[in-house]
Amino acid sequence: MPAATEQEILTGLSEIVEETVGIPAAEVTPEKSFVDDLDIDSLSMVEIAVAAQDKFGVEIPDDELRNLKTVQDVINYVQGLAGASKA
Amino acid sequence: MSDNQTTVVVTGLGATTPLGGDVPSTWSALLAGRSGVRPLDWEGIEELPVRFAAQLTVEPSEVMPKHKLRRLDRNEAIALIAAHEAWEDAGYAFGDRDGHTVDGDRLGVVISSGIGGLHTALNSYDVYRERGWQRVSPFTVPMLMPNGASGLVGIEFGAMAGSHALVSACASSAEAIGYAIDMIRSGRADVVIAGGTEACIHPLQLAAFASMRALSTRNDEPTRASRPYDKNRDGFVLGEGAAVLILESEEHARARGARIHAIAAGCGYSGDAHDIVQPDPTGSGAAKAMRRALADAGLRPEDIQHINAHGTSTPQGDVAELAAIKGALGEEAARQVCITAPKSMTGHLLGGAGALESLITVLTLREGVVPATINIDDLDDAVDLDIVRGEPRKLPDGPIAALNNSFGFGGHNVAVAFRRAL
Repeated sequence: MPAATEQEILTGLSEIVEETVGIPAAEVTPEKSFVDDLDIDSLSMVEIAVAAQDKFGVEIPDDELRNLKTVQDVINYVQGLAGASKA
Repeated sequence: MSDNQTTVVVTGLGATTPLGGDVPSTWSALLAGRSGVRPLDWEGIEELPVRFAAQLTVEPSEVMPKHKLRRLDRNEAIALIAAHEAWEDAGYAFGDRDGHTVDGDRLGVVISSGIGGLHTALNSYDVYRERGWQRVSPFTVPMLMPNGASGLVGIEFGAMAGSHALVSACASSAEAIGYAIDMIRSGRADVVIAGGTEACIHPLQLAAFASMRALSTRNDEPTRASRPYDKNRDGFVLGEGAAVLILESEEHARARGARIHAIAAGCGYSGDAHDIVQPDPTGSGAAKAMRRALADAGLRPEDIQHINAHGTSTPQGDVAELAAIKGALGEEAARQVCITAPKSMTGHLLGGAGALESLITVLTLREGVVPATINIDDLDDAVDLDIVRGEPRKLPDGPIAALNNSFGFGGHNVAVAFRRAL
């Protein structure tokens, strides 16, 4: 599948967040921190990561998940992996 | 009566049941004699010998957002719904809603479930087999543990005096009420959110109870299937629901000017030490629980005007309980008592039953009217006590008391005593 654009990843991710923890998708913007701004707990992050894997087709190992603090971090990670696999 | 003179009162009531999504709708259905039992329309239901149950009338999804329900077992969601109604009924504040406040260190929770998150356990195993361990929800454990509802209610209302979940099958939430009374009497808490919840209407549960021949198989007449004391009763009807009572020291309730529904006068317990599932046919264990409840509440047999029976519609259990009532109160006092079995309408809520029927007993005393047992076409010849049937029965005015019986597999017998608040 063609690599998703940054906007597509943001849209997909915000949908996952809304469905998982009930935060309106519009509030899930790139600069937001999952823990500090969106108040998402660690178990919910696991759910979000698994849903993101299903949606974007990229694995997010637990070691990596710990480093993904903001919405932008996830977008970069997904884009980076998608880019790597394309190359 | 126990040496401790603290009086415990009931100041809040909440429920979601097969008769209605709250206390007023449940109570009016009980007075109207309406059955909450309905046919099940699941795919594959024809494989089961029992094709009906008493399901909730209001789905949790109608009153709770989807993202919250994702991480709650059904039994937990309905416990929260019932707890909110009870909390509001007691006049306590929540979120933006004004009301009284209570020190969290003086607030406890005792919410029981007999079985816990059965749907979660089974559904999660399907997910695991079909999609692998990574797709098993990280919330599976807090959803399947039987103390989940208690913990969640404690978090919701900030209860830090202690959060407990007593498990004794169908006596579980009667024990919850008893334990809550003790928490207040012993000085551990001023206010306790006490109740029970159960939601395990699932093919496995129907198969398992049917396999032990415990369920009614009256598939052609579901609403007539639960018929305690009728000659042709053939087993109980599985039900689901939650009920929560706010218990409070009288001093605490009076100081804030709370409305008092009734007095939670005491509780008695016994173990049959007889069989893991069969009731002791002499009813001696159940009688001990009732006598101990009277002693704990400082009541005499003749003070009891009404008994909310365990009465599940099983051939053995219903008459054993009546023998126990005579054993506990004596023949003469037992004949003065009017008895009803609400499971004829609600089905059997298992771990939720003791709390729901305690709630019904409280309303019965407060309103002075006993809901009738439905579906008694032909009274069993072995029944020689006064069963309320046909029409609801008025209770006398004045200082009267009642017992609520709950018995569970394992031989757990619990009787909770309530007095009318004057």
